[in-house]
Amino acid sequence: MKKLLKPSAAALALSVAANAAAAEGKLVLYHWFEYMPQELLEKFTAETGIVVTMDTYDSNESMLATLKAGGMGTYDLAVPGDYMVSIMAGEGLLDTIADGELANKGNIAPEWADPSFDPGRASSIPYQWGSTSFAVNRDAYGGDIQTTAILFEPPAELSGKINMLDSQGEVIAMASLHMGIPQCSTDREQLKALNAMLQAAKQHWASFNSDTAKEVLVSGDAAVGQIYDGFAAKAREEGANVEYAYPTQGYVAWMDNVVLLKDAPNRDSALKFMDFLLEPENIAAVSNYAQYNAGVSGVAEFLDPALAAQPEKSPHAGAGDGVFIEVCDQQTQAVYDQIWTNLKK
Amino acid sequence: MAAGAASGGSARADTYKDARGWLLLPSWAVLGIFVLGPVCMMLIYSFLTKEFRGGVIWEFSLSAYDQFFFDRGLFGDEPAKLEWTYITIFWRSIWQAGAATLLSLVIGFPTAYFIATRPEHVRPVWVFLITIPYWVNLLIRTVSMKFLLRDQGPLNDFLIGTGLIDSPIHIVNTNFAVQLGLFYSYLPFMVLPVYAAVERYNFSLSEAAADLYASKWTTLRRIVLPAVKPGVVAGCILVFVPSMGSFLAPDLLGGAKNFMIGSLIEEQFKGNAGNWPFGAAASMVLLTMVLIILMFSARQQAKADTAGS
Repeated sequence: MKKLLKPSAAALALSVAANAAAAEGKLVLYHWFEYMPQELLEKFTAETGIVVTMDTYDSNESMLATLKAGGMGTYDLAVPGDYMVSIMAGEGLLDTIADGELANKGNIAPEWADPSFDPGRASSIPYQWGSTSFAVNRDAYGGDIQTTAILFEPPAELSGKINMLDSQGEVIAMASLHMGIPQCSTDREQLKALNAMLQAAKQHWASFNSDTAKEVLVSGDAAVGQIYDGFAAKAREEGANVEYAYPTQGYVAWMDNVVLLKDAPNRDSALKFMDFLLEPENIAAVSNYAQYNAGVSGVAEFLDPALAAQPEKSPHAGAGDGVFIEVCDQQTQAVYDQIWTNLKK
Repeated sequence: MAAGAASGGSARADTYKDARGWLLLPSWAVLGIFVLGPVCMMLIYSFLTKEFRGGVIWEFSLSAYDQFFFDRGLFGDEPAKLEWTYITIFWRSIWQAGAATLLSLVIGFPTAYFIATRPEHVRPVWVFLITIPYWVNLLIRTVSMKFLLRDQGPLNDFLIGTGLIDSPIHIVNTNFAVQLGLFYSYLPFMVLPVYAAVERYNFSLSEAAADLYASKWTTLRRIVLPAVKPGVVAGCILVFVPSMGSFLAPDLLGGAKNFMIGSLIEEQFKGNAGNWPFGAAASMVLLTMVLIILMFSARQQAKADTAGS
């Protein structure tokens, strides 16, 4: 559902423009929508002569579905989120980057060099990271917003004015934080309580929508919206009086990563592009465009100064921990899938 | 659309009768490859075992249909009861699509009648005008609809401005908004077949009815409607069937709080669940229902034709 308004026309325009330069190679990119500045792709083509084609997706799951339904061997690189990197590795969809194949591998910021979802960065490089929490319209509500109760047990003035992301992983992770239970719980009482809590919380929600998560805040259709930090910043810049919350119970952290796909038709071009994205100046251009954080050392001097000053970027002292979405085993996941279906039936 | 007989051709006059088999070959090939092929694949997939996180394991299994019809509780170990979840979702889709169809008929029939009664040379202009909004992408039209209907949108501003209401009417994120969206998406599918039927209607029949002292209402009910029924039935099917599987309007205008058939199926392939056999099974149930509706209407039609001649 979250497949709306994707600028695949940009990819077309780009490949047309790039044909003028002598094509020395090709690169086929499978990427999120509205995330990669087109100028950056043009710069890559100008530097290397490699023509980039980009297709877009709107959720980790739909990307996985496309690749599993015959997309392998078409694309060189994809940009999965943290938990999806481990899932794709488990499915055997990722190629391994040998030592020395990436000249700029040393540029990866130390804290992102050995993440749990891809030990030793065997198949991936950092792209952008940030948080998923929620934003509240301050004209509608003046009270304390640093609590997940805003989403799940909202005060009367916010009831019926809440937009949730239409994404099982993010909604259930946030709900687990609210209840203080593990994300992959096998405790029946906890799971039943989670199911009941979500059913009750739904009465307060106006809609589930990911594509228009920002628009509903800007237009005032929603007073509270579950949202990514960069989107919340954009909503604020577009005139909505919204404040992004870092709840004391914790929030969802995420990192998108560029991965090398198995059977990549243009493996050399793909590695060149990864090296290109590990240059601080280039990855900073993505951060300036998307308003998230890069995972590369030395980006600070290339970043838009306004970006560092954004309130959405800095958790306050009382904020809980940021947690990644966890990957549950099949049996546990089946229960969570059932809870999600119950929620939306 | 049951109108072949009226167009005056007869099977014997068909110059290309001998070549008919060959000429139909491309259509059969297209139908076979792009319609029958995928449907057969879906049928097979619905009887396979689900692979975790999307995909299928090539082992026969009835678990997709079991999941559709039986409820075994949150943890899947309770005694099986009838599963109401998916029946509710299907019923909701049928109800929404039915309401949209009715709305299309109520608005579309007079529109079609109006166009068909204009002078012959301006009719194409009216038909052309009907199609103009549909040059714009469905997604854009649905989003625009949302902007029009929302609490601070032009519609509510207008109603408040005229003093008809004091506070905005909540339309977005309701079932009514979904029905309105579906109606707007598929209206021409109603207008065009009904127009085609009314245009062929012999208006001297209405005159004859009036001469025999039939009231206008009686004429409409007993003369006009039976004569244009094939067009109306075709229009209803053309609006109802795509409305059932639609997910744009429910998601954007209805707020996606409750699954419709379309979004339920989509979730099985593109969502977290990644349950392809179940998505295939739900599609097969939907397809079966649509086929039953089509066969039923075809039989009614056949009966009416026999009775008429």
